[in-house]
Amino acid sequence: MPNPILVFVENKDGTLKKGAIEALSEAKRLSDALKSEVVALVIGNNLGSAAKEPAFYGATKVLTVEGAAFGHYTTAPYTKAMVAAFNKVKPDAILFPATLNGKDLAGSVAGALGTSALQDVISINADGGTLTARRPVYAGKAIITVKALKAPSIISLRPKMFTAAKSDQSKQSQVEKLDVAIDANDQRVKVKEVLKAATAKIELTEADIIVSGGRGMKGPEHYKIIEELAAILKAAVGASRAAVDAGWRPHEDQVGQTGKTVCPTMYVACGISGAIQHLAGMSSSKCIVAINKDPEAPIFKVANYGIVGDLFEVVPALANELKKNQG
Amino acid sequence: MKIAVCIRRVPSTETTVKVAADGKTLDPAGVEYIVSPFDEIALEEGLRVKEKLGAEGNEVIAVTVGPAEAATTLRTCLAMGADKAILLKDDKLYQRAPYEIAQGLSAALKELAPDIIFFGKQAVDDDNSQVPTITAQLLNLPFVGLIVKLDLAGKTATVQREIDGGKEVLEVVLPAVFSAQKGLNEPRYPSLKGIMAAKKKPMEEKAANITANTLEVLKMEYPPSRPPGKIVGKGVEAVPELVKLLKEEAKII
Repeated sequence: MPNPILVFVENKDGTLKKGAIEALSEAKRLSDALKSEVVALVIGNNLGSAAKEPAFYGATKVLTVEGAAFGHYTTAPYTKAMVAAFNKVKPDAILFPATLNGKDLAGSVAGALGTSALQDVISINADGGTLTARRPVYAGKAIITVKALKAPSIISLRPKMFTAAKSDQSKQSQVEKLDVAIDANDQRVKVKEVLKAATAKIELTEADIIVSGGRGMKGPEHYKIIEELAAILKAAVGASRAAVDAGWRPHEDQVGQTGKTVCPTMYVACGISGAIQHLAGMSSSKCIVAINKDPEAPIFKVANYGIVGDLFEVVPALANELKKNQG
Repeated sequence: MKIAVCIRRVPSTETTVKVAADGKTLDPAGVEYIVSPFDEIALEEGLRVKEKLGAEGNEVIAVTVGPAEAATTLRTCLAMGADKAILLKDDKLYQRAPYEIAQGLSAALKELAPDIIFFGKQAVDDDNSQVPTITAQLLNLPFVGLIVKLDLAGKTATVQREIDGGKEVLEVVLPAVFSAQKGLNEPRYPSLKGIMAAKKKPMEEKAANITANTLEVLKMEYPPSRPPGKIVGKGVEAVPELVKLLKEEAKII
């Protein structure tokens, strides 16, 4: 039997991140194909039920690293924990969710193990016992197939690209605590404070629906109509680079080559003309709806549905129509 | 204080990607190259730190791994205000995996021994987002990625970094490695005076020290093409039809 697949089970105070469940589910699928097994690593200071849950998605063994030094994510202690788990199970592959911290850790663990990580992978193939992975480059303008020349394959999985298995709560697995000593060298970075967003925002990279506004919004005050539509659709709010550079929206809302790459079920582009850098960041959305005054705007070339018109009339009308529909 | 900023020469974000005849790489014909946009933010931060501390005894050094043509990219950095530049020559840059590039950079950075090393959070061509953290690993330095704010007090930096759903404040002991996220600052344009001055600034060239080989690209392809778009109609009158299509055809709402 080949060596196991190790999964970094990212959790927040003991609650598994969606991306961690997707990674466990994909690891299970791969381990079935490779006839190996899935080992989960859970790191934190307050693990709650997080050590039990990986079994529900197919992990046969769970390693835990617990302690005050692991309460907040910082690169060095988490890397040390991952390397300890690697030395324990000698996995052929290590999977991470490609969340912000997951990608940070995947790169750092790769460095510690003398190799490179495959980041933001969108599919993995295990035919013939060799892992190859596909990942977008140039913000999605092209896709490459890559393999690791050195074991282990270190892979982060782009959120929403892998199906989360249904949880089977009858399953249990062996849990083993790993002792990882943290010294002063690992603690040169200290988390002082966590600043939450003012309102509970839906993460762009995890959102099922995104409503985005661009240069056509004409000013920050008009985003109210975008937010109203987003609230009805339970959507995240995004923005084009033009809107962010104009200071109308915060940088973390930017979708595109120098912002976030997103793949929601539906992307509603309001007053966005569709520069190549923006299209790169959102064109893997399943359904694109464009509302724009200019019938020649490039956004209409990628949109599944388009309305040519004034967004200040169309967006509120759309919000009203959806409300009617729901009510 | 010595500040090193690691730069990557990338195809302009305006580039329409064409796959080369080998089926694995970008066809470089007609491609214009720029400083990777996140690296511009990193360089701007380096320049601002120096400006705050004063010119005396403080310097900003731009470092890159790349082909001979990357000297042009470094000249742009010098024109923006970097004091000197180091080109670690490597003709295979675009076939190199992150570990290899970090290996080349860290060998040179070890000699330099900077107090701060800045990177952009990712290069906008290979989108690998890991050279900064691997470099930190190889140099045994603390690392904080995705910073959007930086304050210095002696040998300690207080930074804000982006996390999923918010930000956090961290305290870091220098020397340290940081990667810059959009929002940290607005990079300046090179001034005419800067461009003239850049011609006289020192640029060191030496071979990049790279021996590792960690990844192999097997294929590069285009993303699946989208079906031709459909204009539902004009103005508010088209809204009911759009909602109907989203409900019955796309089955999204």
